[in-house]
Amino acid sequence: MNALTPAPASPPSPYSSALVTSKAESHTLSVLVDNEPGVLARVVGLFSGRGYNIESLTVAEVAHADHQSRITILTSGTPEAIEQIRHQLERLVPVHRVTDLTAQGNFVERELAMVKVRGRGENRMEALRLSEAFRGRVVDATTESFTFELTGAPSKIDHFVELMRPVGLVEVSRTGVAAISRGPDGM
Amino acid sequence: MSRQMTGAEMVVTALEDQGVDTIFGYPGGAVLPIYDALFGHQSVKHVLVRHEQGAGHAAEGYARSSGKVGVLLVTSGPGATNAVTALTDALLDSIPLVCITGQVPTHLIGSDAFQECDTTGITRHCTKHNYLVRRVEDLPRILHEAFWVASHGRPGPVVIDIPKDVQFATGTYVGPQNIVHKTYQPRVKGEMDRIRHAVALMAAAKRPVFYTGGGVINAGPEASALLRELVGLTNFPITSTLMGLGSYPASGENWLGMLGMHGTYEANHAMHDCDLMIAVGARFDDRITGRLDAFSPGSTKIHIDIDPSSINKVVKVDLGIVGDCAFVLEDMVRLWRSEGHGADRAALAEWWGRIDGWRKRNSLGFANSTSVIKPQHAIRRLHELTKDRDTYITTEVGQHQMWAAQHYGFEKPNRWMTSGGLGTMGYGLPAAIGVQMAHPDALVIDVAGEASILMNMQEMSTALQYRLPVKIFILNNSYMGMVRQWQELLHGSRYSESYSEALPDFVKLAEAYGGVGIRCEDPAELDAAILRMIDTPKAVIFDCVVEREENCFPMIPSGKAHNEMLLPTGIDDWGAPDLGAVIDEKGKMLV
Repeated sequence: MNALTPAPASPPSPYSSALVTSKAESHTLSVLVDNEPGVLARVVGLFSGRGYNIESLTVAEVAHADHQSRITILTSGTPEAIEQIRHQLERLVPVHRVTDLTAQGNFVERELAMVKVRGRGENRMEALRLSEAFRGRVVDATTESFTFELTGAPSKIDHFVELMRPVGLVEVSRTGVAAISRGPDGM
Repeated sequence: MSRQMTGAEMVVTALEDQGVDTIFGYPGGAVLPIYDALFGHQSVKHVLVRHEQGAGHAAEGYARSSGKVGVLLVTSGPGATNAVTALTDALLDSIPLVCITGQVPTHLIGSDAFQECDTTGITRHCTKHNYLVRRVEDLPRILHEAFWVASHGRPGPVVIDIPKDVQFATGTYVGPQNIVHKTYQPRVKGEMDRIRHAVALMAAAKRPVFYTGGGVINAGPEASALLRELVGLTNFPITSTLMGLGSYPASGENWLGMLGMHGTYEANHAMHDCDLMIAVGARFDDRITGRLDAFSPGSTKIHIDIDPSSINKVVKVDLGIVGDCAFVLEDMVRLWRSEGHGADRAALAEWWGRIDGWRKRNSLGFANSTSVIKPQHAIRRLHELTKDRDTYITTEVGQHQMWAAQHYGFEKPNRWMTSGGLGTMGYGLPAAIGVQMAHPDALVIDVAGEASILMNMQEMSTALQYRLPVKIFILNNSYMGMVRQWQELLHGSRYSESYSEALPDFVKLAEAYGGVGIRCEDPAELDAAILRMIDTPKAVIFDCVVEREENCFPMIPSGKAHNEMLLPTGIDDWGAPDLGAVIDEKGKMLV
């Protein structure tokens, strides 16, 4: 409707391509927000609206009395893009604090997965042995299936899921990453 | 001071308590209780627009010319969606607005009720923040918070969506004095170490330039005064973005003119060749930088901005200072004086010598005519005949907007209202109405194009209803001029759909609305016609028929750098550029 509308998106605009100078890295961000309606849509919308990646996103209320939730986002981008993401998140009105755990250094990240495997005989036993090796727990079983609960770094879960494929993987449900910094200090 | 009242009464009481004297709006089913509370109200004046987009732009014009928060009131569904363009416009230009939208009753939300839309969902991306008020208990807090969020930090639009049952419900009203926002506390003071570092860089600079933007205007008139003081102390050259015009006077000695795509030769070359760039409240927009990898390659860059996400967003800077421009400029002026800094005079003299060389190219020159009105000439005459009055200028979007920015000399802040970031055609007339409401005795002129003005023409009716003597000065070339210019540059002069075949008779149109129409086609009659427009105490549409295929120069073509400008033709030795060949394939992809 207005005077000059954008040209088709490809090939990418030289305005932005001129900026890409460094390689993409993965970062884990912790975002403390007011648990108000729409806050998750605001955060997710920021990522989609500005073209940032979300590899994993976890959210739950962490301080019930203060109505605060903690969002853990695994994202990837150039260091410049990651800095932008952090500032853009900080700009949202219901956001209390944003911490880039990756940039800060030492942190623990964990994910929980439930993995359903179907099979009989040797395959079924092999699945059980592997789950023990990965410190999985059996949370449901039938004579022809197991459902394992597994906690660990995302790479450990990826690895386990790959091992389950040949012995009868049915489906996987993962929580996404929760992360916290090491040491005595909070975010 | 807590009192029992209905939600609708809370809205009006909160407006009063926030010092709001004027709101712009359009009634509808879901806001009737609020309109009832406004009925016969003494201190809050409601201006009835003819389309909700007009309400939004009028509120923007009111806000930009007064420094206050602009307020609009619209109904649910189409009322809210019609306001979306204006909200987005305010977001991109950082204009403080509070938009109150009606919503269907809470028990109907989600049922696809009549005139229901997901207002908070739709406006989440085009507001700084928004609220859906589900309980009347929350309403007073949210109302006051909205004004705080809209006007603090980087200003922007805030939507409050109020279901009709919440407007009818009774609750306890709380005044603004007890409202403290728990998370949103933006930083206004800059870090002193960084400011000290910046001042030291300035003292050592050999080829410095100030690059200032709308942030200086938003920081209030004191920021403009401090900027002028700092420019005077340092004798550095200064350029500004479209949004920042007026913060430093166009008649000032250090003024280089606007920079960017249609900026002056001297401003863009100074940006390209400087060794120190001091960006104040400007955001390195693509209209400013041109080709990024060739943007001011040899300079150290200082960036002062209230929004941390603006710093290093587009251009990597050497020294970022987060803070309100007025606070940071104040510290800079004080440090410059107290630490006895002085600029490198010899180096500056040489730098000014180079700048004077660029100035001699006369990049805003044009070949005038005695047979047809040149648009640049029309703006210059308009400036000459209105500069000694209390004048405010708004614009639509396109060539006329750039010519106004180039040829109308702005001396003061808050006198220039234009849609910079979003580029909204149809902005200027409703904005002028908002400006005139804030400044009833001022001369308010909407510099328009004949295409843009038709996008919100209906607001003439508003101007007449409230006896607002706004002047619409149309540079009429029968084309969407900027579209036509780009088609000439990029698409082999194939003027696809950029010519308006059936334009109205603007004189008769003005008369149909009850205003006054003036047409001028002869350069010899231009001055007299402009004076007649100024002296008419009523809304006027001035149909200034200008050269049809005039191009807006100078211009940095898409994908080019600051030192690769196109200059106007026929005024110096530059020669006529081959317009079809100046933009390469990559540049054609850009907007």
